[in-house]
Parts: sequence; structure tokens; C-alpha cells
Amino acid sequence: MSVGCWDTIAAYAFRSLGYGERLLPREGFTLCEHFTLIGSGLIWNVYFGVLALIFGFFLATAVALGKATANPLIRKPCEWFVFVFRGSPLFIQFFFAYQLFVLLPRDGIEIFGITAETRWLTRAWAGALIVLFLNTAAYSAEIFYGALQSVPRGDMEAAEAYGLTGWNKFRRITWPTMLRLAWPAYTNEAIFLFHATTLVYFSGFPAWQQSGDALYYANYFADKTFNPFVAYPIVAFYFILLTLTVIGLFSIINKRLNQHLPGERKRIRYRPQLIR
Amino acid sequence: MFEWCADPDTLEGFAWVACYLTNGKHLTAYMSFGTVMLLLAITAPVSLAFGFAGATAARSPVAPLRWLGKGYTAIVRGVPDIVFFLFFVIALDQGFEWMRHQVLCPDWTEPIRQGSDFVVCPAAKLPLSNAPQAVHEVYGFFLAVLTFAIVFGAFAANILFGAMRAVPRAQMETAEAYGMSHRQAFWRVLIPQMWIFALPGLSNLWMILVKATPLLFLLGVEDIVYWARELGGSKGPIFDYPHPDWSLWYFSALLVFYLGLTRVSEVVLGRITRKLSHGQATVAGEALRG
Repeated sequence: MSVGCWDTIAAYAFRSLGYGERLLPREGFTLCEHFTLIGSGLIWNVYFGVLALIFGFFLATAVALGKATANPLIRKPCEWFVFVFRGSPLFIQFFFAYQLFVLLPRDGIEIFGITAETRWLTRAWAGALIVLFLNTAAYSAEIFYGALQSVPRGDMEAAEAYGLTGWNKFRRITWPTMLRLAWPAYTNEAIFLFHATTLVYFSGFPAWQQSGDALYYANYFADKTFNPFVAYPIVAFYFILLTLTVIGLFSIINKRLNQHLPGERKRIRYRPQLIR
Repeated sequence: MFEWCADPDTLEGFAWVACYLTNGKHLTAYMSFGTVMLLLAITAPVSLAFGFAGATAARSPVAPLRWLGKGYTAIVRGVPDIVFFLFFVIALDQGFEWMRHQVLCPDWTEPIRQGSDFVVCPAAKLPLSNAPQAVHEVYGFFLAVLTFAIVFGAFAANILFGAMRAVPRAQMETAEAYGMSHRQAFWRVLIPQMWIFALPGLSNLWMILVKATPLLFLLGVEDIVYWARELGGSKGPIFDYPHPDWSLWYFSALLVFYLGLTRVSEVVLGRITRKLSHGQATVAGEALRG
């Protein structure tokens, strides 16, 4: 690595967060600049993916349980939530949410005498995160719901025989079993979600001061150089690394979920899907 | 559209809405729903064909062909599809122009890539610079369809490859025992039986394809997303039908359109699954016998 490349890294490594050199490279476009800026953009993909996944996990569990209850007042809203977010394209959801957030009054909303700021919702870091959170919650809820339906009856009967009821039974038996059954599919959903984060800056949410994600910068380079054969393979490379990391982390959890079952430590098979 | 729409300023209430929704731009926008349907109608069979070719190649006893097939099914793993969309739409365009350049202008000496420019001889340009607007639009749509077909073909190849392997081995052995050649066993035994195994995957792929159609907008086609943005934006008094920013309503209409499309697909695919399960030695097939 040449000395010049270290300078580029110093200038652009955190460009996507607004630190470092203000102006993006305008000509020349070295390979080093490609790698640094696109890598810098990847910070946003990781940010969106990790936070949406963590928040989405809890909502998904709640919605899956809601879908499985007999009470239609709870079941119906949960079913509709899943249907709306799984039945429509994420791309349109982004556009829709952005327009919705833009329409909120600029000065904020008065709630009990306190003005709630609404401007930040139109920014990608918050607005797009909310959409991704709800979207992944809906997809994961469907996965968890399916797993919940296939929890073995014998497990539940055994739990009852031990005197476990209510929250205790759920916490110790139902929930871990559900997670164990859902985990391979949930791993795919996680990978899928990280891929979906590339849509954010192409769907209404503006990139402020040219701070965008990995694909945003790749697109910038491809537009400027009119050469798609460098920038896009670099994004692909970064995403393969990201995908492998996700698979690695999720298999560690998978091992833990299955550790009480001898010979059941199946490897997670990654079955790719595309756009939601 | 209606003759009483001649002077929009005098219209009120329902009449205004009726005239607004049937003005020229809106009628063009309604056509773009047709663009989406056309894309689905062309892409689905073409990517199925790509997938079939890919899966067959991946099973081939000829090593280079097998690598080609395996490579094709592997490219879409781990990389966001939208990267492929953005990549292929330029790469295909430049590829076509480059090939035409090699054939049509063999005497051209200047380099094709000059800094940030991609320069081919005028005769190799696609479409030709003097072509009418419609040709440009058709070419853009063609590139989009091809891009969709390549990406979705890779996924279909994955599914069909798995389905071909899921057909019980005994079926093929029986075919060989009857003296069928390799080719005969493939076409008469393997292919007819693989569909039921491929159907869940293909149904899923169809749903994903439906939900991927708004990405046409990113490929530069004037699709429904383009029109929703165009028509929804606020219109000042200089327009015949001034209104504030109505984007939200246009995007809700798109949302409803897609929800309807996926719902109809679900119902239809459910029926096909039922039909194909008849007479199969599977749980679903057994259930239908009772």
C-alpha cells in the first residue's frame, strides 16, 4: 500500500458519517479511493442492518405470539401487519414512509404541552431505520409464527407435567424451542435484511452532504467513470464479507440453541433470496 | 377525456376529480401499470428458461459446462440483487455497443475507454443517435428485462437444480431399466416429475419478482414509481389542475396495487400447487385422495 493510500484512508474512511474531506474525489479515481469510500459507506449498511435486526427481533416475537392467539382483537391486527409489510415492495414502503414523514408539521407536534420534534424522521438514519425495523419484524414474525406452530406437542406436555405454566413455560420451553426451529430461516432473513439496506439511498431518502451507504458511493463512482466493472464488484466483495460474518455469528448462536441435542448441530444452509 | 373538462378552472368537487384523474398525463401513467405487467409476463418465462439452462448445465457431465452452470447459480449468493441490477444495466449496454463496435468499425483506432468516457464509433451506438424516442424507450425496457431475467434466472436455476435432485433416484433407475437413453430419461421422467418439487421455490420466486418490479424505476424506465413521483409532486397555479403535494396518496395507491397483486398470486399459486399435487406420492398428494 502506497503512502498516498494512507492519506486517502485518513481523508475518506469516515466520510459517510460526515468526517474527513468534504469534497468527494472528482477525477483520477484510484482503486484506493474506491475501496475506502465504498467501505466507509458500508458503515451505514451495518448500522441499519444491526439496529433493525435487534429491535425487529423483539417486535417479531410479540407479533408471532399475537398471530398465534385465539382472540381476534389481537390476532387480526397482527395478521394485517404481516400481510401489509410482506405483501408490498420494500422500495414502495420507503417512498411511502418518506412522504408520510415529510407531511408531518415542520415545527413538531404538540403533545401535552411538549413539542415533539419531527424533522429527524425525514432523515435516512431515523426514517429508513423505522421502515427496515417494521419490515424485518413482519418477515421474522412469519418465520417465528411458523416455528411456533411446529413446537413439538410432547415438549409442551412435558413442561406441563413439570408444573411449568404461563410465563415460566414460555420463557423456558416454548421460546427457546421456537428460536431453535426458526434459526436457519432467521439467518437467511438477517442476510436478506443487510442486502435490503442498500435500497435506502435509492428510494426517496436523500443523502445529506453526499453521506450515503456502500452502494451510494459505488453508484457515484460508476456514474462518474461510466465504468461499472470496478465499483460494483467492490460492493459485491464487501457484501460477501458481510454475509460470511453474519453466517458466522448466527451459527455460533445456532450451536448454543442446539447444544442439548446430540447430533443435531446441523450446519445452517444459506438459501439466498432476493428483494422483498 | 370528457367534454365538460375543457375549462378546469370552473370545475368543482366530483367533476374536478373525474377530470383530474382522466387528464392526459394520468392516462399515460395508467399505461405504466401495463409496463409492469408486461415486464412480469416477459421476465417470468425468460428467467425460467435461463434457470432451466443454468440447472441443466450445472448437472452436465462436461466439466467446463458444469462450472459455467455452477458459477451462474453462485453469482447471486451473498451480494444484494440491486447491485446486479445497477451493474448489468450499464454493463450489458456497454457490452452490446462494444460488440457492435468490433463488427461494424474494425478500422477504428482510438481507444474505447477515454478517461471517464465510453466512446464507440457512431454506427455502433445503441440505439442510433438519430433513432426516434420510442426506440430509446424500447431499448431501455429491453435492457431492463434482460437484467431481470439474468438475475432471476440465477435464482430459478438454484431452485430447479434442487428440484431435479429431489426426484427419487429410483425413478431414473427404472427409466434406465426400461432401456431409455440418458436424454429420454431426462425429458420423459425427470422433467415431468421435478415441477412439484420446484413449485414452492418458484412460487416464492414469483412473489419476489412481483415485489422487485418497482426497481424498474432505478433502471431508468418510466414505470409506476416514476409516475407516482411525477404526478404526486405539488402543482402550482400554472398547471391546469393545481394541487399540493399528493405523493402520499399516489404511493398508497401503489401499495394497494402491490398488495392486491401479491394476494391474487397467492390464491392462484395455491390452486396450482393443489392441482400438481394430484397423484403425487407426497403428503399433499395423499390428502387429496381421501
